[in-house]
Amino acid sequence: MGPNLIANYGEAIAMIMFAIGMGNLLLQKNLIKKIIGLNIMDSSVYLFLALKGYITGRKVPIVVDGIQEVTAYINPIPAGLVLTGIVVSVSVSALMLSLTIRLYKRYHTLDLDEISLRLRQEGL
Amino acid sequence: MSRLKTKEEYEKTIGFKFRRWLYGEEDPYINKVEMVKQHHRHVEEKTITERMHEKQMHREYTYDVNRNKVLKTYSMLYRIASVVFVILIAALLVYNVSWLPKTGAAEKAVNNEVPQRYIENGLQETGAVNIVTGMILDYRAFDTLGESHVLFIATITVLILLRNNKKKATIAQISDRRFEPKNDSILQLGAKILVPVIFVFGIYVVLNGHISPGGGFSGGAIIGAGLILYVSAFGFEKTEKFFTERTYKVISFAALATYCIAKSYSFYTGANHIHSIIPLGQPGAILSSGLILILNICVGMVVACTMYTFYVMFRKGDF
Repeated sequence: MGPNLIANYGEAIAMIMFAIGMGNLLLQKNLIKKIIGLNIMDSSVYLFLALKGYITGRKVPIVVDGIQEVTAYINPIPAGLVLTGIVVSVSVSALMLSLTIRLYKRYHTLDLDEISLRLRQEGL
Repeated sequence: MSRLKTKEEYEKTIGFKFRRWLYGEEDPYINKVEMVKQHHRHVEEKTITERMHEKQMHREYTYDVNRNKVLKTYSMLYRIASVVFVILIAALLVYNVSWLPKTGAAEKAVNNEVPQRYIENGLQETGAVNIVTGMILDYRAFDTLGESHVLFIATITVLILLRNNKKKATIAQISDRRFEPKNDSILQLGAKILVPVIFVFGIYVVLNGHISPGGGFSGGAIIGAGLILYVSAFGFEKTEKFFTERTYKVISFAALATYCIAKSYSFYTGANHIHSIIPLGQPGAILSSGLILILNICVGMVVACTMYTFYVMFRKGDF
């Protein structure tokens, strides 16, 4: 173990959340729960990025009093990256949920094993 | 000198084609793209008990772990392997995190000359007081244009996947329409009070994106939430008056095209060292920071329409 585990507890929590989401993705059979797992993974990445940009004692990068020194503000780049991530995550969630609705309308189940069994029975 | 075009001439123009596309009179891909007709799937009508029985049979067949030894071994192995894999991934990531620089330290590899440039010169170069907005809508505007298009394409895909055929609409979908609004007086009173406030707040967040926290994405999401509250309180009869599928098409197309043209101008002048005619204005004023205000409004409109369309499509598959 490295020296900074205690100081980096937030990032460690983000990584554990990532693993929890991945476990959901692998172990759940219900498609909706799989999508929830993917969203947990997304959120952990946002947490990690937000913590990467944080600097102790500095302020939000909004120029209020005309101060324009680097030592006054936190890093603005991770904020922009998190914004991109959130937008893409919303789109991907909507797409996956609508595909799930179509699958449910056709096979009347959300269980992935049953769906693949029926697919094999239909010869696809 | 202007002259009136004849009907034949007018029918050849782009404007006429655009108009036909907009009103849904013509599909531009007919006779151009070969559409393979989907294989017809025979669905036999079943009663509920038959369907339940079939479901039970499938379930027993799928998870018949008592007799199917291969399945039992496989599912056991799969579970063990995935748990081990997940624990391995978590341990590896936490081990790596323990070697990263401390959270909140200023001397990190990420705090290099790029954020320094954004912070020190951002206000003079973009005119935006909010450095994050100046970054995402000026230095990295291509990225944001791509994001807006991702949202637009996701909405179109959801429209394709979930739109129901009006001729074959099931009874449940029709009845959802017939029994609207549900006349929930608490919800209606709450919506009456809250919806204008939510709209005003959303517009405030969009318009103040360059001088305070906020911007097109968050403000658009707030306006979309207001629209969803309104439609769940008063039903589709009221929202149909101002928001249909055509409204969505027009607003999204107009917003994305405006964004594209504005940013093309900005990139063109920037790349060729031509002085841009758009003034940056007084920092902190609402009409400042050049194109960022317009771009924020465009993004806000796209996001608001997208949120509402997602809700409507997931609720009943029709506007």
